[in-house]
Amino acid sequence: MTEADKSSSAFTGTQAAGGGNLEAGIQRRRRQRAQRERIGAFVYPAGMLVALLALWEAATYLFSIPAYLVPAPSAILRSMDTNSAVLIKESVGTTFEILLGFALSVAVGIPLALAIYLWRPFARAVYPVLVSSQAVPKVAVAPLFLVWFGFGLLPKVLIAFLIAFFPVVINTAMGLASLEREKIYLAQSMGFGPVATFFKIQLPNAMPSIFAGLKISITFAVVGAVVGEFVGGQGGLGYLLLIANGNMDTALLFAGIVALTVLGVVLFLLIGLVERLVLPPHAVERTSFGSETM
Amino acid sequence: MTTAGDDDQAYLRIENLSKVYATRDGEVRALNDISFVQGRGEFISHVGPSGCGKSTLLMIAAGLLPPSSGAVQVRGRTVDRPRTDIGIVFQSPVLLEWRSALGNIMLQAEARNMNRKEAAARGRELLSTVGLAGFEDRFPHELSGGMRQRVSICRALIHHPDHLLMDEPFGALDALTRDQLVLDLQALVTERRMTVLFITHSIAEAVFLSDRVVVMTPRPGCIDRIIDIKLPRPRTLAMRETPEFAEYSRQILDLFLARGVLREH
Repeated sequence: MTEADKSSSAFTGTQAAGGGNLEAGIQRRRRQRAQRERIGAFVYPAGMLVALLALWEAATYLFSIPAYLVPAPSAILRSMDTNSAVLIKESVGTTFEILLGFALSVAVGIPLALAIYLWRPFARAVYPVLVSSQAVPKVAVAPLFLVWFGFGLLPKVLIAFLIAFFPVVINTAMGLASLEREKIYLAQSMGFGPVATFFKIQLPNAMPSIFAGLKISITFAVVGAVVGEFVGGQGGLGYLLLIANGNMDTALLFAGIVALTVLGVVLFLLIGLVERLVLPPHAVERTSFGSETM
Repeated sequence: MTTAGDDDQAYLRIENLSKVYATRDGEVRALNDISFVQGRGEFISHVGPSGCGKSTLLMIAAGLLPPSSGAVQVRGRTVDRPRTDIGIVFQSPVLLEWRSALGNIMLQAEARNMNRKEAAARGRELLSTVGLAGFEDRFPHELSGGMRQRVSICRALIHHPDHLLMDEPFGALDALTRDQLVLDLQALVTERRMTVLFITHSIAEAVFLSDRVVVMTPRPGCIDRIIDIKLPRPRTLAMRETPEFAEYSRQILDLFLARGVLREH
């Protein structure tokens, strides 16, 4: 998008003596455009959301849809307001499960990916099992976890982990394997040993891919935690959804869904924030979705 | 130079080198019985068609690939592991995307535990020699293809290597950028009287830069002929229009025509 800007600022850069004004002008325009991009990235989706909600609200009144089927957005908002204490309390519980499941995914997934990458026989033994394990429907396994681990925190964390660790493993292994042959040659010609090559070149090379995996993983962990609460919950947003469903309180059901969505988005953005802090800017652009094309 | 003097001067010695790859369709011979000696301070180019194994030859000379038979010696010692006394430039720049231009050059310094401050100063100096002053903190994605390749050349030079190995370094660049880089390279190399092994498929590049041009045959790559280039140094762009230059180019061209590498209709 800023290809022209880059080359012209590069051009003036080499003869900085004469081109100060031009350079400043180009920089200013570039900043303005970047700001418009940022505002656009917020305004367009927000506008779309508001329009959809307005349409929804109008439709519920126009066609007098019963509230137990589809409540109006205003009714959902009211329900969120009256039930705010419960929603927050249950969100905290669910967040805890999600984060534990995610942390476990990272703690197990990354070393597993390392072992798969570094040790061929291990990869050949484990990889097929790993891939086919993903074909097992996790929801179907959930009752089994209930039998084994009871109704507490553990089965929810384990289900979240079971769903969320796979993208961590796959993306980490892929990132490690994606190192070009030439970079290894280069490292060898510089006298880097295997350990230095790994930390100086291979791991940083894999970071964008690893973060892509972490982003998928955190959204999967949300699903896992809710599935766990569905099956054997005594609390949490998933449990709240079940209760609301049982009471035909569809507005509360929607409120729970909204809370879960917000939770998922916030956690996703948090990973994105960490990524921004850890990686240089261009690498983040490469993995974040759509921000450049919007 | 006498024969005895030749031996004293021998820096890189390649003897009866062959490289055979095992593929599903049987063996593929990439290099066949290559022998030549490179003296210290000598600029040798290998020209040949794609697939004649000239890149493989460079990799073997760098100790990055093992030969199937024959030997590679550097200053009398057989190369049996990756050499670290070299600077190497690949066809692509092979820069680390997460490091700035200077940061990429400093990777070499870090690998060799060079004094950071001195290395950084030399890195800046090298960048300015190749026309990249002011670009030290730019990341690879902010640089053009030619700029990136220049950074990779600086990275190959920061540690004052004995031997510079370049594998079609200008192959992916436009004609004007190539001309500039060829001139930059000549300046850098003559300043330090470096020993350079240069792989290219450009006849003009080979004649312009080299003391000797090794012309390769199509696969399996053998040495067709070694041509001494006796043009005065430093060489200028205008020299490319001289009859002498044309004569050298013609010799190489004739070899390619004779081998069917090039066909005139």
